[in-house]
Amino acid sequence: MLLEKTINELAEGLRKKQFSCEDLVKECYENIEKYNKKINAFITIIDKETALKNAREKDKTLSKATSRLHGIPFVLKDAYVTKNIKTTSASFVLKEYIPQYNATVYQKLLDAGAILIGKMNMDAWGHGSSSENTDFGPVKNPYDLERSAGGSSGGNAAAIASRMCVFAIGEDTGGSIRNPAAWCNISGLKVTYGRVSRYGTIAYASSFDSVGPMAKSVEDLAIVLETIAGKDKYDATSSPHSVPNYSQELKNSLKDIVIGIPREFFGKGLDKEVNDEIMKAVETMKKLGIRFKNISIPLFDYGLPVYYLIGPSETSSNLARYDGIRYGEERRFFTEETARRIMIGTYALSSGYYDAYYKQAQKVRTLFIEEYKKALTQCDAIIMPVMPTPAVKLGELLNDPLQNLLADIYTVSQNPVGVPSLAIPCGFTKEGLPIGMQLVGNMFEEDLLLQLGYHYQLNSDWHKQRPNLIKI
Amino acid sequence: MAKKTLLSKEEILHLAKLAGLTISDSQLEKLPNDLSSVIEYMSKIKTLDTTGVKETSQVTNLKNVFREDIIEKDRMLTQEETLSNAKSTYNGYFKVKAIFDE
Repeated sequence: MLLEKTINELAEGLRKKQFSCEDLVKECYENIEKYNKKINAFITIIDKETALKNAREKDKTLSKATSRLHGIPFVLKDAYVTKNIKTTSASFVLKEYIPQYNATVYQKLLDAGAILIGKMNMDAWGHGSSSENTDFGPVKNPYDLERSAGGSSGGNAAAIASRMCVFAIGEDTGGSIRNPAAWCNISGLKVTYGRVSRYGTIAYASSFDSVGPMAKSVEDLAIVLETIAGKDKYDATSSPHSVPNYSQELKNSLKDIVIGIPREFFGKGLDKEVNDEIMKAVETMKKLGIRFKNISIPLFDYGLPVYYLIGPSETSSNLARYDGIRYGEERRFFTEETARRIMIGTYALSSGYYDAYYKQAQKVRTLFIEEYKKALTQCDAIIMPVMPTPAVKLGELLNDPLQNLLADIYTVSQNPVGVPSLAIPCGFTKEGLPIGMQLVGNMFEEDLLLQLGYHYQLNSDWHKQRPNLIKI
Repeated sequence: MAKKTLLSKEEILHLAKLAGLTISDSQLEKLPNDLSSVIEYMSKIKTLDTTGVKETSQVTNLKNVFREDIIEKDRMLTQEETLSNAKSTYNGYFKVKAIFDE
């Protein structure tokens, strides 16, 4: 199967005429036809003939192409606006919304010659960790169809795991790239805040939202990241920080690397199998010469309150724009989870409660920034679980609003701080469910995280495993 | 016997009004408990001493990001494009319900 190959292998094979862009896109549609009914990863599938025509054009222009993404099929979380292609954010509020312009991340991929084949299912507006809070039916986990694919970028992860595309663009506000990556056995990168332009991203919480790649391997993530990163004049919060040549740098040898293990992230509430597989990954990395040291992040318990006070506050403000007048439907179409988050934010911002909740959360956010800074002076990166458990059964989180939020405990504290985090596969439960770990680094040190992940993946084969669903 | 929650039904309705949301009767039964349990959990943030700590509202370290004050015609939408998603238009305008009485 062509879709087992890495981006580098595909780029090389295309140039050597071993196969064509059309062959590759055809294979995506074959897998979509076979598996999408079972996992419900897509909201919009681009018309097959349109995509194949696009692929044939890419075949013709291949000799002049400079990007390795030329002719490579990909998908977008349905949170990115795409000109003349329906964009819903998985909500009936936008069920017929046809954007008039392109998100920067999409435009950059089009300019590189990549081929969009779909817009993916997700928790509406990014509100959730299981891709069940959607008006288009839940996304199912390719490793166990009775379980959640994770969220909110669940459709992306499920599609990559089922080999329906080569890579995907997700959006991470409090774990939305990392969580489904961990539950579906793929790699995902939450970038430093501002590393990739948010222009054309449907906002959840503007000061947390980050745009990042999801793929089968860290090597693929690096190639996508160097294509999409950088300053954008249309997003004033995008960073002028120079963009490294990530895919070259990840091959550098590991020298004097120390990774911190924060004890608070491996305590009560963490599933034993998840803990044990991460500890085995630590042993693998030790063999690569990486040193580990115990560290402490005492504020750990306050990560959820900071996130779930500031996030909903920002979302209550961002979602105020949906008035049903200029575009979209009336506000009564918001799902229950979205209505809850809007109301929690409205409460935290109300006069009388503002100081105790919103303002206090913004102060604790400052303390978190200092705490991560301090932790990262003792080590180069921090290792953590992504999720407290393997993929949950569908319905488990949806029925209890508080439990739904608590599942995010390991992934919510990085976004208020802005630091990058790489989620990669590190094992399976006895039942065969994927387990992921995350490596958190200093601001704009994606290059180091990718380098660590790359070397780990050279010495492990978890990321090469695929679900039984597609082995038949 | 329903236990007393942090937020009453009246407060829920007030919040919904502020946020422009409509709440069904069945939602109104669940929401006081659902929202109260979340807010009570998040309330532990009040126990941290933050005396003298400044708030952080963004993490870019950027300040005063300006652009040239010029019109970018290639990014302008036509009137037709602008109105293309509106449910109700009149003579090239968005049509809305009247806000003031006569």
